[in-house]
Amino acid sequence: MSASGSIGGTARREPHAPEATIGRKADYLHAESTLRSWFLTTDHKRIALLYLASITGFFVIGALAAGVVRLALIVPNGAIMANDTYNKAFTIHGVVMVWFFLIPSIPATFGNFLIPLMIGAKDLAFPKLNLTSWYVFMAGALFTLVSVVLGGVDTGWTFYAPLSTAFSNTWVLPALIGVTIVGFSPILTGLNFVVTIHTMRAPGMTWFKLPIFVWAHYATSLIFLLATPVITTALILLIMERAFHIGVFDPAYGGDPVLFQHLFWFYSHPAVYIMVLPGMGVISEIVPAFAQKKLFGYRFVAYASIGLASVTFFVWGHHMFVNGQSDLASLVFSALSFAVAVPSAVKVYNWTATIHKGALRLDTPMLYAMGYIGLFVLGGLTGLYLATLAINQHIHATYFVVAHFHYIMVGGTVLAFLGGLHFWWPKFTGRMYSEPWGRVSALLIFLGFNVTFFPQFILGYLGMPRRYATYPAEFQLLNVLSSAGATILAAGYLFPMLYLVYSLWFGRKAPANPWNAKGLEWETSSPPPTHNFLSPPEVPRIPYDYPIQAQESRDQHG
Amino acid sequence: MTPSHDPLQLWPAAVSATATETDLLILAFTVLTLLLTVPVFVAITYFAVRYREGSEANRSPSGIRSNLIEISWMLIPFLLTLIFFVWGARLYVHSKNPPPDAMVVEAIGRQWMWKFQHPTGQSEINNLHLPIGQPIRLHIISQDVIHALYLPAVRLQVAALPDRYTDLWFKADKVGTYHLYCSEYCGTDHSVMGGEVTFMNPGDYQDWLTHAGAQQGKVAAGRALYEAYGCAGCHEPGSAVKAPSLAGLYGSQVKLADGRTVTADEGWLREKILNPNGDRLAGGGKQMMPSFAGRIPADELTTLIDFLKSYASPAAGKAADATPAGATR
Repeated sequence: MSASGSIGGTARREPHAPEATIGRKADYLHAESTLRSWFLTTDHKRIALLYLASITGFFVIGALAAGVVRLALIVPNGAIMANDTYNKAFTIHGVVMVWFFLIPSIPATFGNFLIPLMIGAKDLAFPKLNLTSWYVFMAGALFTLVSVVLGGVDTGWTFYAPLSTAFSNTWVLPALIGVTIVGFSPILTGLNFVVTIHTMRAPGMTWFKLPIFVWAHYATSLIFLLATPVITTALILLIMERAFHIGVFDPAYGGDPVLFQHLFWFYSHPAVYIMVLPGMGVISEIVPAFAQKKLFGYRFVAYASIGLASVTFFVWGHHMFVNGQSDLASLVFSALSFAVAVPSAVKVYNWTATIHKGALRLDTPMLYAMGYIGLFVLGGLTGLYLATLAINQHIHATYFVVAHFHYIMVGGTVLAFLGGLHFWWPKFTGRMYSEPWGRVSALLIFLGFNVTFFPQFILGYLGMPRRYATYPAEFQLLNVLSSAGATILAAGYLFPMLYLVYSLWFGRKAPANPWNAKGLEWETSSPPPTHNFLSPPEVPRIPYDYPIQAQESRDQHG
Repeated sequence: MTPSHDPLQLWPAAVSATATETDLLILAFTVLTLLLTVPVFVAITYFAVRYREGSEANRSPSGIRSNLIEISWMLIPFLLTLIFFVWGARLYVHSKNPPPDAMVVEAIGRQWMWKFQHPTGQSEINNLHLPIGQPIRLHIISQDVIHALYLPAVRLQVAALPDRYTDLWFKADKVGTYHLYCSEYCGTDHSVMGGEVTFMNPGDYQDWLTHAGAQQGKVAAGRALYEAYGCAGCHEPGSAVKAPSLAGLYGSQVKLADGRTVTADEGWLREKILNPNGDRLAGGGKQMMPSFAGRIPADELTTLIDFLKSYASPAAGKAADATPAGATR
């Protein structure tokens, strides 16, 4: 957006003129153009784009599988496809979306690209390790997709034993091996981020000057490092049991099937925050920029990131309230799950307070951010329904759960991802996208999402179990509504793919700082030079030093 | 009697005190949810309009002490929601402790059917008949993978584990027929693993046990086995695999490939199920049926053959039982 006019009486700062005009050869995109220079690059920005291209491909695969699922559910009796086809479709939707899209989405793309820029560093601490993590990711993901080509896998993304180890006749082993390999990628990325944030901050960039985006990724990296090895272990045990019949999980060999659920959720519940925390980081950058106001309660929001990451390790048992777990354990896990609400509420209320008395621009990234807040609030509160023991006994494993986690994971990750993609697109590519089309797609996605998933809360409460290829006729109306919403949602996803790609060739050239945003990444040119900054960046006096600042920030930092 | 097929039902039927209390808890929680979310949504919308860039609004710092606000908006919602933790926990603990006089019904889950056994010895498959006004305790286990028994009308479900017993208890106080589901994904036919639970007056239940139920239940149970073992998938008219219809087969003369003609009696049906490759049929296509030897227990084989004996025509086969819509494919 061209910057002019007054905003609440405060003049905007002009974008950095000198760096906005660096030579084309000097920026990271054009420095070299051979395939080799892309596939053997150690530049964190190019690796981020490698990830961006791959996860976009996986998103398309996952979305097509979702389309198959919604198509099948238009009729109650399963006339459109056989049960096992349906089961394979929802399994591959879950596996691809969770492991190959949601988990790497924001950390591996935006995190890789932005963390060094935001802290004023030239690159990540271990550039070669960074490239390795992309190859590990691709190898694992392609390995899993081989199982789909061979005929598919039907265990659900949760791979519960003994269904997955002894009873499924589908291609479980390649899928499991692929997912296990993919798991090493975020461990490497997390390690890289933690070391980078600890050791490579520019002089003067103290912990409490870090953008919330960096705080969020620091917290996420801790989960990567602490939780991912547990799922890796669990999956290796699953592979061993399926291949060699060692009795870990299958009672037929003396194992315990609930043990797998514990190991699985010990990772997979924190994994929800791997998906959500980076999204919160993105929203915490967008909201102040489009309100031109300092983030309200900066320290509380930073602490809340670490708080969420910590609490999330203690709530996995709420996935097993109806699985024969002891009552006392269930009571404890239920109470702890309620605690997640505290840091979540901190974030939501602080974003709302940031908008208060701001100078608001409703551009595409801000529309996504507002949509995000709406969906995250609904997703979060419906999580408390599931944490409430007596309610859980009714809605566990129904469509209520499906609706809840889509509100959290699609609402909380995909909307933040798309908001961030539009926000930093000029920085990534040096081009502006079409603002009117951006707004249309943001509104379509918000509308389509709600029409798709809100009816599922009702379906769940009415008692429709999840993962059903066929269902009683009285649930048809709501299912058809949901499928119709999915069609709108698909259109909403298609638009950005078209106009963003179009902008790569025909978009207006982007200035260094098109949004008048704060943060070191906006101090460098768009796109940035290979080594990020032509001159060492100057760290501001306070984080989010926007023109409009609440009184409290002056008290705290003045 | 079948469950309601109202196209737009917005509240499921409740047949027990626990169900009614769960509904009340959910309603109250929904009110709290609205109290916590509506102000946020209204505020965001209002601020978005009021503080649009260029609008004439007062943007002077409000001078609010932020720590107080922060702590209040962390603690107040948390404490409010904790009320619901306590409420939900009390109901849960109650639902976990069956009264000692509860009538125990055994339930076994397996790919892909439920088998229930009444205290008096009668058993049924996929359908469950129970008396009202009497605490019922379902004692549940699985033979293979993890399943879960889910009865929405009493708002309860519990996993069926392959290695240990789990329990579910309730006391229904309303007669009627409701859905019974498997709610833990268990493989190919997960969505057809279930049927109906019928709550009856105690007198009717006794009647059902001793007369109609035991007889009719046997045919219905046989039909459920016919579907659970996948017979219906191939032998029903209209299936993709063109296996011969079994309707009216019992007692008929069958021509074999070796020129013999045999009567399809009990013994022959049994032999064909256990050893499908023997006694090839005249003019038959490619032999595809797998052997069920070792896969089907003797008592179930008897029940299945009983069903085939009563399966005079497709119409009669359907009419002989109350197979739920969800169980037919």
